[in-house]
Amino acid sequence: MMHRLINFFGDEKYLKIRWRLLLLVLALVLLADFLVTRHPTAHFWDAIPGWGAFFGFISCAVIIFVSKFIGKKGGIMKDEDYYD
Amino acid sequence: MTEWFHPAITLILGGLLLPLFRGQSLKAMSLILPALVIYQVSQLTPGTYGQLDFAGISLVMFKVDKLALVFGWVFAIMSFIGNLYSLHLEKPGQRVAAFLYMGSAFGVVFAGDWFTLLVSWEVMAFASAYLIFAAQGDPAIRAGFRYLMIHVAGGVLLLGGIVLHGIDSGSYLFGPLQTGPDMSPQGNLAYTLIMVSFMLNAAVPPLNAWLTDAYPEATVTGAVFLSAFTTKTAVYVLIRTYPGAEVLVWFGVMMALYGVVFAVLENDCRRLLGYHIVSQVGYMVAGVGIGTELALNGTASHAFSHILYKGLLFMGAGAVIHMTGRRKLTELGGLYRTMPWTVALYMIGAFAISAFPFFSGFVSKSMVIAAAAGDHSATAALLLTVASSGTFLHTGLKLPYYMFFGKDCGLRPKEPPLNMLLAMGIAAVFCVGIGVFPGYLYDLLPYPVDFEPYTAVHITESLGILMFTLLAFVLFLKYLDPENTISLDTDWLYRRGARLFMWFAHRPVLAWEQMVITLGDGLGLRTVHRLSKESMRADTHMVDAAVNGVARLSLATGGLLRRLQTGIVSHYGLAMVVGLMVMGGFYLLVQGGVL
Repeated sequence: MMHRLINFFGDEKYLKIRWRLLLLVLALVLLADFLVTRHPTAHFWDAIPGWGAFFGFISCAVIIFVSKFIGKKGGIMKDEDYYD
Repeated sequence: MTEWFHPAITLILGGLLLPLFRGQSLKAMSLILPALVIYQVSQLTPGTYGQLDFAGISLVMFKVDKLALVFGWVFAIMSFIGNLYSLHLEKPGQRVAAFLYMGSAFGVVFAGDWFTLLVSWEVMAFASAYLIFAAQGDPAIRAGFRYLMIHVAGGVLLLGGIVLHGIDSGSYLFGPLQTGPDMSPQGNLAYTLIMVSFMLNAAVPPLNAWLTDAYPEATVTGAVFLSAFTTKTAVYVLIRTYPGAEVLVWFGVMMALYGVVFAVLENDCRRLLGYHIVSQVGYMVAGVGIGTELALNGTASHAFSHILYKGLLFMGAGAVIHMTGRRKLTELGGLYRTMPWTVALYMIGAFAISAFPFFSGFVSKSMVIAAAAGDHSATAALLLTVASSGTFLHTGLKLPYYMFFGKDCGLRPKEPPLNMLLAMGIAAVFCVGIGVFPGYLYDLLPYPVDFEPYTAVHITESLGILMFTLLAFVLFLKYLDPENTISLDTDWLYRRGARLFMWFAHRPVLAWEQMVITLGDGLGLRTVHRLSKESMRADTHMVDAAVNGVARLSLATGGLLRRLQTGIVSHYGLAMVVGLMVMGGFYLLVQGGVL
């Protein structure tokens, strides 16, 4: 059973179904965030529906590109034999 | 009776006796002892035991309270899981080191005075270093020595701080430290020295590189123990000594992001996980800095969750290394076909560290973020949320994708041995169990908990962050491909910087020394030589001659006197009479004006 479950996430032939599933989940998560009741809290973002989705996406993109930029342009990434 | 029995004694004495056992009995003992420790911890009640006076200082070796018990519980559980994971090892060496390491971690957690803490702290450093050396091979030995060097330096700072603190306060009892204008300069120095040594063990940048340098070089089983104890004992002592120290908030937030940035660049699977230890401990350090009851509860509970999910992640990556002998993401991929259970168990750890609802990270990390948001700092709360996204990106997506899925590396390894899978299974049960029933963990915490993690908004917002991180990952996947590189961290200072120092020692310093020697040889030494020759001649001809002359004279006088001393009284009487007559005659001659 475990084999089939993990295979679903690995095998190329399920790629299309995986995409559809992902889009469905994203839509549901976003929809749910608009439906829940919000209590007034200390920060402005708590009042914005979809804030988590927006912030998560932006954060991830920023982390990828800023880190790679620092790594490549900042001289952090070196050849593996650098210390030898 | 059991209250008196310190878990460290069970582990350290038991560990030292392990080499007496062989084969099955050795393996059985390595599980029985941690099981016994779990029982001991379950019997502990808050109180102070094992007090003694040593050289006028009162020591408290065994102090139990609620905070110590949170760490005691998770250390005991992790001791069992770690030993189950390493059950296949035949030789006792690594086991003994692991037992000493675990035992001394208990020593820190239950220490009631600074000296007990210091001794346990040092034993931890040396015992844990063995788990790196045991991997053998040049890189591991070198990394092990660097690890030891840094921890010994940290230990010296701690000792200095403790002595200054003792002089200043007159007490060596372990407790909160304060700074301020009313403190003496040495009190302030003690505050700083101890904080730096604790931050070193908590891997706070720039003092973080020992961790990411050494952990990936440790043995597969050793890294599981390493991931659990050193940084978390540091978090524990920070909670004890520096609650509410503002500076820790910003160090913590910086740490959480630092680990995330470096994890993007990393190619070694366990080094990537090491950077996520740095990142996760960042939440705990920030929590200590915030210092409210909610924040300290959050820190303690996050340490509890973290030890179990991070152990699980290290076990998963270790299983892959154990079965394939490879550790670079560029050389792995496609293993899901033959290791589905390893994938599934690893992913449970990944969901837990990423704080998915109904996994352990969700109920503990959110306490720290809520405390940050509630306390004062919106910026801190937002930046910690960015780091959450990065956590899922790396440990939940990048690492499993390139290790288990992605490009097929062609290897078809089997699942790891059953003991490894079982150990991972137990850790996974805890990761889910804590997430589903947070009440059990909350009951353990030092302060009463008034926090509900499962509100509708919290769930949808968290899922939004995580699922849209997944979307960004899928869209930008090609930019994340691991590369055959290493990343420069602050260990550069003592790896390359040390070479600079050696060059300085070899070139300018040695050249100067040579010049001094040459000058000395040319001018100084020859002059000194000539002077000494002259003085020797003077010595032989003048001083010696005078001494010899005096000696000869006294010898001759002595001989004469000996002949005169006949021992006959009439001879002495005669001599006296003759003498008197001579003196009388002399007097008369003078008086008479003859002389």
